[in-house]
Amino acid sequence: MGKYGWSMPVAASSYAGSIDFGIWLIHAAMFGIFVLWGAFFVYLLVKYRARPGVPAQREDHEETPAHISVPDSLSKFPFAQLLYRNKGELKSLIPDMVIMTFEIALIVFYAIPVWNKIKMNVPDTKDQVRVEIIAEQFGWSIHYAGPDGKLGPRKTELVHFSNPIGLDHAAAESADDVVMGNEMRLPVDKTVVIDLLSKDVIHSFFVPEFRIKQDAMPGLKIPMWVTPTKTGKFEITCAQLCGFAHSLMRGDVYVQTQEEYDAWYKSRLATVPAADVASNPAEDF
Amino acid sequence: MSHDEHGHGHHELTFTERYIFSVDHKVIGLQYLITSFIFLLVGFGLMGLMRWQLAWPGTPIPFFGNLFPADLAPNGVMSGEFYNALGAMHGTIMVFLGVVPLAVGAYGNYVLPLQIGAPDMAFPRMNMMSYWLYLPGGIIMLGSFLMPGGAAQSGWTSYPPLSIINPGQTVWLLSMVILITSSLLGAINFLVTTINMRAPGMSLWRLPVFVWAQFVTSVLLLLAFPPLEAASVLQLMDRVFHTSFYMPKDLVILGEAFKGSGGGQPLLWQHLFWFLAHPEVYVLVLPPMGIVAEIIANNTRKPLHGYKTLVYSMIAIGVMSFMVWAHHMFISGMSPQLGNFFVVTTMIISVPSVAILTCLIFSLKGGSIRYNVPMAFALAFLPLFGIGGLTGLPLGLTVTDIYLHDTYYVIGHFHFVVVTGSIIALMGGTYYWFPKWYGRKMNDTLGWVHFWGTTVTMCGIFLPMLFMGMAGASRRLYDPTAHLHNLPVQGWNVVSTYSAYLLALFQLPFIYNFFNSMWNGEKTVENPWQATTLEWACPSPPPHGNFEKTPTVYRGPYEYSVPGRKTDFWMQTDKN
Repeated sequence: MGKYGWSMPVAASSYAGSIDFGIWLIHAAMFGIFVLWGAFFVYLLVKYRARPGVPAQREDHEETPAHISVPDSLSKFPFAQLLYRNKGELKSLIPDMVIMTFEIALIVFYAIPVWNKIKMNVPDTKDQVRVEIIAEQFGWSIHYAGPDGKLGPRKTELVHFSNPIGLDHAAAESADDVVMGNEMRLPVDKTVVIDLLSKDVIHSFFVPEFRIKQDAMPGLKIPMWVTPTKTGKFEITCAQLCGFAHSLMRGDVYVQTQEEYDAWYKSRLATVPAADVASNPAEDF
Repeated sequence: MSHDEHGHGHHELTFTERYIFSVDHKVIGLQYLITSFIFLLVGFGLMGLMRWQLAWPGTPIPFFGNLFPADLAPNGVMSGEFYNALGAMHGTIMVFLGVVPLAVGAYGNYVLPLQIGAPDMAFPRMNMMSYWLYLPGGIIMLGSFLMPGGAAQSGWTSYPPLSIINPGQTVWLLSMVILITSSLLGAINFLVTTINMRAPGMSLWRLPVFVWAQFVTSVLLLLAFPPLEAASVLQLMDRVFHTSFYMPKDLVILGEAFKGSGGGQPLLWQHLFWFLAHPEVYVLVLPPMGIVAEIIANNTRKPLHGYKTLVYSMIAIGVMSFMVWAHHMFISGMSPQLGNFFVVTTMIISVPSVAILTCLIFSLKGGSIRYNVPMAFALAFLPLFGIGGLTGLPLGLTVTDIYLHDTYYVIGHFHFVVVTGSIIALMGGTYYWFPKWYGRKMNDTLGWVHFWGTTVTMCGIFLPMLFMGMAGASRRLYDPTAHLHNLPVQGWNVVSTYSAYLLALFQLPFIYNFFNSMWNGEKTVENPWQATTLEWACPSPPPHGNFEKTPTVYRGPYEYSVPGRKTDFWMQTDKN
């Protein structure tokens, strides 16, 4: 159980590190902000408690200080007069400005570039593992394109409990395809390009160790990718409420070495007749 | 609408006219107050059942388990359907029947007309109608538990296609349409009242922050609710008349091909829903912020720091809140390019939010802080709401949201905002304005017990959720132990559950205090807190028509500790 604990699970994909970096950085900043504000808050509460004979001190907004003159050293700056007169108000905006600067930096240098890398630059499908994941109540079908890199066509009318994704076995592209129920096997350090689909309602494909999460939206084919960097057994969960057995909708990812993976794929293809490959996910419980 | 029409009662009001079908904003306000507190308790009770299942999944619910029909809880053990129904109804009741009616219907109705020196709301009958739509809407919502198949089970967000195929949803939608209508009537009323019914001298820059907050809130309700009302009607069509506004082609549901024309788009609902539901978040927090501002100004005995900054920030939040909705949908499958737009608008809206908190904290500086029960709640709001705001940061950023989206981190985040934020402030408001409502004070000792018990146990419920979310525990799981990565943090669910039951216990002093003080509380004067705003310039409780004669306003709302005056407060109505 070493990979799960009180904090985030072990990071096992190529971009997990950059997501974790953001999460830890933001939490460090949040903690710092909270402690600084908290200390200031407690200081104010103690210092300005009501004491007999000590009245509250107004900040005196009324005397708009026309008589306040700007020190000579500052007078050559533009708007010096205006800024100097409102320095009390402006000072209170300093924390806001600091936080805003931090947020702008975060967005420009972190959020947008990393987001674009993860979500918008799906790698070329050549020489990658090519997979289609089809979610349904309450399981996942993982459809491998096989060595030809082409996913066999699916037809709604072929959907049957022995063929949950309706794969057209007559088509040439389907010959080297493998369909798995709730079990996914991936070679380590190799990019897998995934099309995510749903047969019925919205599901969400979440592998905590990969830091990957994407809703499966019925009617849409959503591209995503992941490069596993650690071998081992990880967990697929559904992160979007999908019905009464939502919490039982889970699967496993086995990340293996390339040799193990190839051997597994061959055995799967050779020993099991194509039509029976897919177990019906609904039978799993 | 002159005061005289109200002053000389032409006939004695019957009990029904006075307390049930009343057109008096104060009676309607109190009707809203009691009703929404009851709904809060109901929503809390549903959560109590869910928390049992989360902490000890698969064990029979003690005491209540056997009261439920066997299809909901066989042998007293909660079923998945029942859990989902409880979850959906908890969210719906808390948001639409609890916090919003309490913040707007109750406090807005009672306090806003008094604070602007008006004899009543602009449209008293519409006001009555608003309440009398809210109550049946709420009863229908609760009644949906009795429908075949139970109540709605698709989350308070009701995402199609699940919401189209699940039982219970039709009643949910009908009830929502009624509730939205009620909200719209209230919102129009508040806007017209604030614009037209202000007492002489009450210029916009002399309005208390609470009135500004209610005003901005009403604008949000008025503009954000109609899209959801329309969206709800479309979903109703999909369910009842089998249209396909939200249903795509070629669905296969549990092995059966879905019969429908298809061609719809489930994402459409999410856009329409969050177009309401994000402004709704600010509907939940702006009025409580207004309450906190009132209490802080009163108990620091000095003007608020940056009154205009506060008002402009609230207006900015109001405007911006319509441009951030899709940050709830970063991983929904909408174009990731949109994510980059909404992450920027989300950053922009955090600026006025931080400005409001900064102003409220700086308001303490130089004060002479009186520590009483309402002030304790107002002060607790600041750091606890702060946690809610800060935990919004990693959720509002696209990249970090990939991991944290739909985990318990989200649940922890928005409960810190709405519970330790809004509800804490609203409870403070009850202690603050109770003397005005009933002419009596609430008991202080019970108040302090309630305060400490409530704030500590609330943190005990919601902090564990943040930890569970970090470990990747997904929300809305009927049985969290079905997933391996949840097992190490399952202990936090137990902590959270114990805290929730303790929180329930600590509400007893509040409930007792409230009703006991109505009749037996210590009698108070017109202005027990020595406040400056107009609601304290009329008798407690105010008579029908509120003010003996129309007040004239001479100055801003928070003229405390003006040098050279005998008292440290200078009421808005005092000529000199």
